Amino acid sequence: MRGRFALRSVALGYLTLLLVLPVGFVFLKTFEHGVGAAWDSVTTPAARHAFWLTIELVAIAVPLCTLFGVVAAIAIVRRRWRGRALFNALLDIPFAVSPVVIGLALLLVYGRLGWFGDWLAQNGLRIVFAFPGMLLATIFVSLPFVARETIPVLREVGTEQEQAAATLGAGPFQTFWRVTLPAIRWGVAYGVVLTTARALGEFGAVSVVSGHIAGQTETLTLHVEDRVEAFDLTGAYAAALVLALIALLTLLSMNLLRRKEAV
Amino acid sequence: MTGIVVSDVSKSFGDFVAVDDISLTVPDGSLTALLGPSGSGKSTLLRMIAGLEEPGAGQIVIGGADVTRTPARKREIGFVFQHYAAFKHMTVRDNVAFGLEIRRADRAKIRSRVDELLRLVHLEAYAKRYPSQLSGGQRQRMALARALAVEPRVLLLDEPFGALDATVRRDLRAWLRRLHDEVSVTTILVTHDQEEAMEVAGQIVVMNGGRIEQVGSPRELYEAPANDFVAGFVGPVTELAGSKLRPHDVDIRIDPVDGAMEAQVRRVTHLGFEVRVELEAGDGRRLWAQLTREEAEQLELMDGQIVYVRASRRMPVALA
Ligand SMILES: Nc1ncnc2c1ncn2[C@@H]1O[C@H](COP(=O)(O)OP(=O)(O)O)[C@@H](O)[C@H]1O
Ligand SMILES: [Mg+2]
Repeated sequence: MRGRFALRSVALGYLTLLLVLPVGFVFLKTFEHGVGAAWDSVTTPAARHAFWLTIELVAIAVPLCTLFGVVAAIAIVRRRWRGRALFNALLDIPFAVSPVVIGLALLLVYGRLGWFGDWLAQNGLRIVFAFPGMLLATIFVSLPFVARETIPVLREVGTEQEQAAATLGAGPFQTFWRVTLPAIRWGVAYGVVLTTARALGEFGAVSVVSGHIAGQTETLTLHVEDRVEAFDLTGAYAAALVLALIALLTLLSMNLLRRKEAV
Repeated sequence: MTGIVVSDVSKSFGDFVAVDDISLTVPDGSLTALLGPSGSGKSTLLRMIAGLEEPGAGQIVIGGADVTRTPARKREIGFVFQHYAAFKHMTVRDNVAFGLEIRRADRAKIRSRVDELLRLVHLEAYAKRYPSQLSGGQRQRMALARALAVEPRVLLLDEPFGALDATVRRDLRAWLRRLHDEVSVTTILVTHDQEEAMEVAGQIVVMNGGRIEQVGSPRELYEAPANDFVAGFVGPVTELAGSKLRPHDVDIRIDPVDGAMEAQVRRVTHLGFEVRVELEAGDGRRLWAQLTREEAEQLELMDGQIVYVRASRRMPVALA
């Protein structure tokens, strides 16, 4: 009894120090000069643009990462092919390499002086310092989550249900939609939540390839930095709070979905 | 005609030969058991017939058509797995309806067919439950209903009762037998339990080490086993004067008779209706006899007593 209480206190204390206190502080700071001031600073043209740009990036990057993650997980767990182990190892590169390095790598490949720089310029395509580059950076840094969350679930579920579906006449696609996907859905869903959080919060890689043009290539995280540098702390805190709220909303909606299903 | 003909089929996993050049005929409408110890290749053979495993060599014919290269989903088989393989996220009704939905049967037809099957497996009251809310026996009945719903040409069962406790097993076995009499779809049952095979199947295929040891009716296997392995696998064996016999064919006499050998009673064990007598024969070899309670009561055997034993019936084939 006593031991459990102590353990719980340590866990809660730890959580408070590391999470609740800082986030709570951001919350307080945001409304330091009143709700009106906070509202004004998240509705400036630059802030609104940053908000919608972030939403756009997430809305495109997350589905692509999810699709890739599920396909990659199936390829790793269910198929036997040469290079499978290598692929599995390479999958973690975005986790292993610093986002700044990823951003620089994108510059090297797609930048004006990069490998495809001439070709892209000749065809009037702009990747770096524009939306496509930021999208690439966002996808790259959040790529492994869905696969990493799905792989263990896929292993755990096993192949018997899929085999049963096959003996009942189901083709590969029917089996996937009706049997495999429902069986791994919570692994995928958790991967989606992590992917979303990562895509929302990405700073380093996007920072390198965006060029920081306010109202054009500035995401919410970059906007926060921009506000800090302009000594507009209310603006910075308010934008940070918006980021936190979107992440919280994602987590919450997954939990609600899950609860609804459990009933 | 939906008999199954397996010709010269082999399957290896790496260097290991799991099924070694097997040929087998399963008559149309029969209930055939594949019986053998664990690891003898029964599941591998069954899974090749189902199309879940590809043979390394040989041919598989179902209902006159060569299906060796046909994928499982086109073989029109029903398969039941040892661990049910229930679709966990679907209700019992949806599990049973799965094959019909895949075939795009119309709603009304699916409904009535599923109702019919739920009645057949006594799960009408459980249609809306999820597999996790069923007992093992109920889950396996659901899996059977699911396999039967699409009217398969053959039904393949891989140790379907293996994960269930003894009483449920016994009930389901009897139920399967009756079901087969009713539906009479060609059925192969894999089991390592000789009692189960004997009770349910009309034809038993005894497997060992990836090969077939003998094919026959339960009685043929019991009374005329082709070799030591089969003899020992389908029932107990003991030895008297160099020949093998079933322990219930050991004839114990108090007084000497022609052709009987002197023996000393070592131990008498009462097992309900059966009494087991361990003996040491005059030649120093141990043997044991199985008596009914009545026989034992008449003989009034005691430990250390000298008796005379002979074989009332030997197994017809000279066993190695
Ligand atoms: N997928 C597989 N990979 C490697 N070995 C296997 C595989 N499936 C079965 N085996 C081996 O083949 C042998 C026969 O297996 P199985 O057919 O399952 O036997 P049974 O069903 O009679 O117990 C076993 O020794 C088993 O280890
Ligand atoms: Mg087996």
